[in-house]
Amino acid sequence: MTRTSRPRRTATRWLSGAAFLGPGLIYLIVLMLIPLALVLGYTVFQRGRFGGIVYEFTTENFARLIDPLYLDVVLDSLKLATITTVIALLLGYPTAYVIANLPRKWKTIALVAVVLPFWTSFIIRMYALTILMSGPGLINSLLGTEFELLYNEGAIVVGLLYSYLPLMVLPLYSSIERLDPQLLEASANLGASRATTFRRVTLPLTLPGAMTGALFVFVPSFGNFVIPELLGGGKSLMVGNLIQTEFLKARDWPFGSTLALALIAVLLVLLLVQARVARRA
Amino acid sequence: MLRVPFWLTYVFLYLPIAVLVWMSFNAGDSPYVFEGFSLKWYGEFLANDRIAEGLVNTLFVAVGSTVLATVLGTLLAVGLARHTRSKVLDAVALMPAILPDLVLAIGLLAFYALVQVTLGLWSVMLSHAVFSMAFVAAVVRTRLTHADPSLEEASRDLGAGAVRTFVKITLPQLAPGIVAGALLAFTLSLDEFVIAFFTIGPTEQTLPIVIYSMLRFGVKPEANALATVLLLISFTAVIAGQRLTKIGERGAHD
Repeated sequence: MTRTSRPRRTATRWLSGAAFLGPGLIYLIVLMLIPLALVLGYTVFQRGRFGGIVYEFTTENFARLIDPLYLDVVLDSLKLATITTVIALLLGYPTAYVIANLPRKWKTIALVAVVLPFWTSFIIRMYALTILMSGPGLINSLLGTEFELLYNEGAIVVGLLYSYLPLMVLPLYSSIERLDPQLLEASANLGASRATTFRRVTLPLTLPGAMTGALFVFVPSFGNFVIPELLGGGKSLMVGNLIQTEFLKARDWPFGSTLALALIAVLLVLLLVQARVARRA
Repeated sequence: MLRVPFWLTYVFLYLPIAVLVWMSFNAGDSPYVFEGFSLKWYGEFLANDRIAEGLVNTLFVAVGSTVLATVLGTLLAVGLARHTRSKVLDAVALMPAILPDLVLAIGLLAFYALVQVTLGLWSVMLSHAVFSMAFVAAVVRTRLTHADPSLEEASRDLGAGAVRTFVKITLPQLAPGIVAGALLAFTLSLDEFVIAFFTIGPTEQTLPIVIYSMLRFGVKPEANALATVLLLISFTAVIAGQRLTKIGERGAHD
């Protein structure tokens, strides 16, 4: 039996590799990497008088970034995203913990029930919140009050939390689920109280899950523009709103790109921190 | 004690949805005060041309981007698992799933402007395929780790060409993963708002954009009826997807 000669085999292997990888990669280069490179490139150019780009080098966009007017918005977004992440952690950790300790059958149901809302339209979920929280809405009718619960920073946090809480529960669940029960028993046998066991054993071991969850909540919260617009009433702005305004209304694409770059920079720093925590664990 | 936040999570997640569905059967005109049972808002939204048009547009975009993403994503997954060990390519393939949607949206808008593509349903379709592809590739890859590469090698050794091996051996093994990935891509596209909002241009609207503008300019209870129907569709698709993955997993282990 004759075998295909080696060089020919390598050639066909290479060819089939290219056939599999080529189309997808070309698609991603054209419609993702080039667009991202454009955004990156626009940060050093100037805005044309009627929108558009004037290809003259400038650092003015970056200088504008630290203008208190814009810096405040960035800091405010950081604040709102952080508050959301902390509440999600406080609510998500016990939830994931209870789910992980449920009987098998209930576990699946509980997990699907957490994920299910996440797969429904984001806009519709925001609409649902509006109905609940608005002046004549359910919360006020139950309380017999007429508070305006919408159109403030609190409403934005509720909206972000409502949207991204499932993303906190899932990674936490999988890290709690993986915990070795023998470790917990050993800790108890050695005389540690339940609180100590939680603090010294459970918490450190589930920290990577918590970090991943925090990242999953923080990232989409920080860059959001729809929730501040719908629930914040457009009064409280976040970075996302600024970027949207620069691109669709003010038509200052260079500055919009610079804001987007700042957004990515913050997220990259967080990713690096998370990778570090994951490696140490 | 832990049960309190546990139940709180579920009440928080489902109370707004329950109220929304309940109000869709309201006989009155208010989306807030229930005045008796009626199906009139379902008739109302079915007769609304803007909603109907938005729905047709959304389906067009979702079907097109799903087909594109499923083909490209499946090939990419096989390529990444079998033909390269490059970490960089891995990262590039996963990137659209991690990238903030707003960043991808402005990048695509800038790109379409530069190459002077007329914005519309086509540009949204192409854009949706970018992130859908990453999800399809991820799902199919998980499935590939269960598939046995020695079957493919056997097929090659017995004289089948690369194409025949792929169609006869690899694809059937991956089928449940591909279907699950396609369902995921379809659901993602149906609901996607941010990227569609930036890349659709002024003349057309997808359903999420129609709902968004309804929301900004005052709500009517017909939005509740529409939302209820869409929720039902999403729930069905997700649960069907869940079932399929499970059946697929069972098949792989038998």
